[in-house]
Amino acid sequence: MIQIENLKFQYPRAEFMLRLPRLDIEAGKRVAIVGPSGCGKTTLLNLISGIALPLAGSVTVCGEEVSAMPDASRRNFRIANIGMVFQQFELVEYLDVLSNILLPFSINATLTRSPEVRSRAIEFAEAIGLEGKLTRRPAQLSQGEQQRVAICRALITEPGVVLADEPTGNLDPENKRRILDLIFQLAEKQNQTLIVVTHDMGILSGFDRVVDFQEMRFSNGAEESAGAVRASIGEQA
Amino acid sequence: MSGPLGLAWRYVLFHKAKSLILVLCIVLTTILPVAVKLLVWQFDQKIVARAASTPSIVGAKGSSLDLVLSALYFKQGVIEPVAYAEVERARGDGLASSIPLHCMFTAMDYPIVGTSLEYFDYRELEVGAGTRFVSLGDCVVGQKVAELLSVNVGDQIISDRDNVLDLAGQSPLKLNVVGVLEASRTPDDWAVFVDLKTAWVIQGLGHGHQDLNKEAPDSPVLIASESGRIIANRGVVSYIEITDENVDSFHFHGETDEFPVTAILVSARGFKEETILQGRYESSDSEVQFVRPEIVVRDLMTIVFQVNRFFNANAILIGGSTAMLLVLVVLLSLRLRKREMETMFRLGCSRGTIVWLQVGEMGIIFGVAMVFVMLGSTWVWLVSGDIVEGLLVNGR
Repeated sequence: MIQIENLKFQYPRAEFMLRLPRLDIEAGKRVAIVGPSGCGKTTLLNLISGIALPLAGSVTVCGEEVSAMPDASRRNFRIANIGMVFQQFELVEYLDVLSNILLPFSINATLTRSPEVRSRAIEFAEAIGLEGKLTRRPAQLSQGEQQRVAICRALITEPGVVLADEPTGNLDPENKRRILDLIFQLAEKQNQTLIVVTHDMGILSGFDRVVDFQEMRFSNGAEESAGAVRASIGEQA
Repeated sequence: MSGPLGLAWRYVLFHKAKSLILVLCIVLTTILPVAVKLLVWQFDQKIVARAASTPSIVGAKGSSLDLVLSALYFKQGVIEPVAYAEVERARGDGLASSIPLHCMFTAMDYPIVGTSLEYFDYRELEVGAGTRFVSLGDCVVGQKVAELLSVNVGDQIISDRDNVLDLAGQSPLKLNVVGVLEASRTPDDWAVFVDLKTAWVIQGLGHGHQDLNKEAPDSPVLIASESGRIIANRGVVSYIEITDENVDSFHFHGETDEFPVTAILVSARGFKEETILQGRYESSDSEVQFVRPEIVVRDLMTIVFQVNRFFNANAILIGGSTAMLLVLVVLLSLRLRKREMETMFRLGCSRGTIVWLQVGEMGIIFGVAMVFVMLGSTWVWLVSGDIVEGLLVNGR
């Protein structure tokens, strides 16, 4: 489903470089990427979603080499195949809940906003406990509710891959588990591949696999020439 | 409405106060110069048209502009009167026709214009209701006067006192409204027309009072009555209204040739006659001048347009400053919304769509502002004619 080979990435004018010799993620798996802040977890999600392009190597998602696509194709691929959930929810303040869920259909012409899509959005929202709150603005919702809206927004296009960047980072312990279970449940229902970035080691139960970036090394040029780069991928039982 | 424009619309609606302030900034900086432009244009059209329809004017020497304003817009007290004898002189032994104008008084603040019946034909004024004035004390009111004072044929209006503090001064005269003019969209809509003699009565040059010949010898108003000579005291009743019963008692003291008129409208038979007539006035040492209103008004408009040019420059500067402030507001707003834009991009929105979203928001604000500007301009356009006429006639 997701194949990463000989990946090299570096932000402009930055010493930091992400190197990943190989990472394969099977379809329908739930994968957690853990590691300290600044180790490149979010960068990896950006590379998988095609927001960032590698300096070298390839990223293949759903059989398509994302890293080789032109801009517009990558964008269309992203909106059709990848759902994204963010730590800060990133809801649009001036839109109500339903419009936030349907946001992908408002910002990309390749998606058609049909009455069926609207019905699906309402069903989604009601299924995760947002019934009666569809006309509210994000500011009128609790943090847990805001993250539910963000999850609905990520899933409304029925993507093959869901990327969640610290989805529980802003939630209290009780909500953390609930939200994570909800993501698992919805992803499983649609047989979606789920990649969750987190530095919270307490939420790792339930994942099929954990990729620990703590064990990976990122180098500047000096370390690279010294051959200090290595990757370690742990597999959970 | 979905898509970038729908999002833009929702953003604008959500931030009502900000949007309203932006709309107001645009409307105010746009509508003021537009309104002034329209008013100046109307002013130009109206004043030039009025002047062009008045071939020449004779009046007291002095400011030709004051004379023109007196004759065309019935301004009171801006120019010395000339003797009525000048009306005959202006005819120049058949070279021209002449119409006297007496513009020294007001009724309910609207100018009373003493003139002859020829004035109505000269200005092509039609009486919409009633008749033209036929006898002393009659008046015909312009359409605006009738509308604003709610007077109609059969009503009366009273001339204003020249000086309300002068109790011994000329008493007001009740004028009988015998006709209402059809709207002409000229200063004539804003005036009260009376016969020249009625104007002189208002001025106190003519009057009517109780018939002393019919008084008993012991009447308290009589001081002496001997050999046809009657001397009365101040108790004699002077009429403040001209009726069928007392009209015959009205009389004038002095020579009417010496009575005042404000200006004389002159219509020469042709260009040649007009030139001859003008030559006569210019070569004489009399205290009277002959002016062509169109030339005077065009000179005035040249000055107005020069002043207007400064105003235009000012409007451009203010518009430029406002535009820069608006750009600043938009740029700051973009900075505040950076995360929102970034999220949209990450979700699959193109940079182009994000730009369209911004353009859409500004477009909606400009669009709404332009609708208000259009409505405001249309309103100004509709009322500017009346505003200009009102301003020109009596500063209303």
